[in-house]
Amino acid sequence: MAERGAIELVCPAGSLPALHAAVDNGADAVYLGFRDGLNARNFPGLNFSADDARAGIEYAHRRGARVFIALNVYPRPSRWAAAIAAVDAAAGVGADALILADAGLLGYAAERHPEVALHLSVQGSASNWRALQFYRERFGIRRAVLPRVLSVAQVQRVIERSGVQIEVFGFGSLCIMVEGRCALSAHVTGESPNTHGVCSPAHAVRWQERPSGRQARLNGVLIDEFAPGEAAGYPTLCKGRFEALGSVMHALEEPTSLNVLDILPQLLAAGVSAIKVEGRQRSPAYVAQVTRALRAALDACLRDPAGYRPPASHAAALERLTEGRSHTLGAYSRPWQ
Amino acid sequence: MKLSVGPLLYYWERADVFAFYRALASAPVESVYLGEVVCSKRRALKQADWAAIASELTAAGKEVIFSTLALMEAESELAALSRIVSGNVTIEANDMAAVQLAGGRPFVAGPHLNVYNGQTLRLLGALGARRWVAPLELDTPALAELLAERPDGMECEVFAYGRMPLAFSARCFSARVRRRNKDDCSFVCGEDRDGLTVYTREHEPLFALNGVQAQSAQVRNLIDCVSELDAAGVQMLRLSPHSHTAVPFAEVIEAFAQAVRGQRTAQCPASALPGGYCSGPMLEARR
Repeated sequence: MAERGAIELVCPAGSLPALHAAVDNGADAVYLGFRDGLNARNFPGLNFSADDARAGIEYAHRRGARVFIALNVYPRPSRWAAAIAAVDAAAGVGADALILADAGLLGYAAERHPEVALHLSVQGSASNWRALQFYRERFGIRRAVLPRVLSVAQVQRVIERSGVQIEVFGFGSLCIMVEGRCALSAHVTGESPNTHGVCSPAHAVRWQERPSGRQARLNGVLIDEFAPGEAAGYPTLCKGRFEALGSVMHALEEPTSLNVLDILPQLLAAGVSAIKVEGRQRSPAYVAQVTRALRAALDACLRDPAGYRPPASHAAALERLTEGRSHTLGAYSRPWQ
Repeated sequence: MKLSVGPLLYYWERADVFAFYRALASAPVESVYLGEVVCSKRRALKQADWAAIASELTAAGKEVIFSTLALMEAESELAALSRIVSGNVTIEANDMAAVQLAGGRPFVAGPHLNVYNGQTLRLLGALGARRWVAPLELDTPALAELLAERPDGMECEVFAYGRMPLAFSARCFSARVRRRNKDDCSFVCGEDRDGLTVYTREHEPLFALNGVQAQSAQVRNLIDCVSELDAAGVQMLRLSPHSHTAVPFAEVIEAFAQAVRGQRTAQCPASALPGGYCSGPMLEARR
């Protein structure tokens, strides 16, 4: 039987209260970013000062949890000095690992802070073991977060051959494109995850009430229109309703969340080292609920993988937190592709 | 300033592919990128076919480079990559797996490698990169900053004409909009010779679907920026293939060749694709 700790539950924190909520509800590790625009959740009012990070790390460590600091945008030359200062600061506050995407920054961190564990961010776009071999040999990465593009069988192949720990997404908003290689948001708003740490940024969103319904626009572009009474979701570009081949449809993906509750035993059997929860932009209450549910499910699965059933009450709690009240296995399931 | 023809991003019929490259032999471009970047299921041309095209273009005096797959997931894709790299060819690496395998030999760092700063550029240069294609979302100021930091001997290539490759997914969008999935795709992407245009509900062209790739509906056309890019230190402009239903591509090449020779009034023929042209190295279709 696998033991607790054999697989880490890694939960998001956009603030100290969210970090407390994650740790108190059973996260093995928490990940966070600084308030400097250099991580993939560069949202107003979110993220940590160095002092908050230090306090959070102390809180987590006293309760046996680890803290990772994400610095996963791709800094352009004028932001390089700020980026390496952030790497130094993350090492200075005692983070258990840095989550990086940029090869140049990985090189800097490996050379300057050899004592700090490096994780390759999902933004690093490494979807095969050869690419991971590159990052392991060059920078000594210990772990990589896989883009949400692989089936469970492919995840297992990567684990068998990559020589690094593999972390996969388990719950939350679903990127359907290879992370680190999506410029849809750049095309429409001029800002993207790679360059600005944002996708479909809130400042570009406009809601307009029309007789036909509620329109959601991004930098003026109509992403969707909701009929009166229809639930209206955030206008993320890849979840919009568009016209293709003469029909209006969710041409790329419908509003939905990733949820791996049903396939935890397969992911465990594949040998994943950690399950990651998306959502540093979420409230402490959300983080608490998701962490509690996944903790219970993981513990049940670790106790008895063969007899595992998703715990009903926790599954229902998670369903209420999904986008559009719908969830998917995403690329883990071949038919989704 | 030199011109290149980028890899063919669409799935055309075999005869059309051969005809396209045959015409390029006499076109005023220095470099031609061959091979499949988007989907490993597309096999109308075998490796031997690409090799034959490469021989003809090399004989015509072109530099030939093999572009590698951008999204690599399956063992079979890694094996195919090994076969390409082990041949006596120069590659354009579009994934770190290709950089890892190319190991020390000269290569081109493709647009999908995420090179945003001088440190990353120098790292790739030390590994053998002799040219790099700037990421499509880099704006002019960021490109200028990066050009100032590039290592000696590193050429810069910019995507100057074509629908812009914006994203890749595990999902095949060409199949999805026809209510299929990737394992049962029947190669429907072949029906869209320049990608399938997706419109907003206000009929504004937004994206183009090309298998697992999402592109801009708009065709980027930097012909008015040629002298500016030249002055900034860009050495090569990439023209991305389009079919003759979209535009007479030979005339696009000729227009860019004139612009490169300093003719400021050179203009491309109109594009018949619904998104029209957008200009500026920034992705500013609406600004």
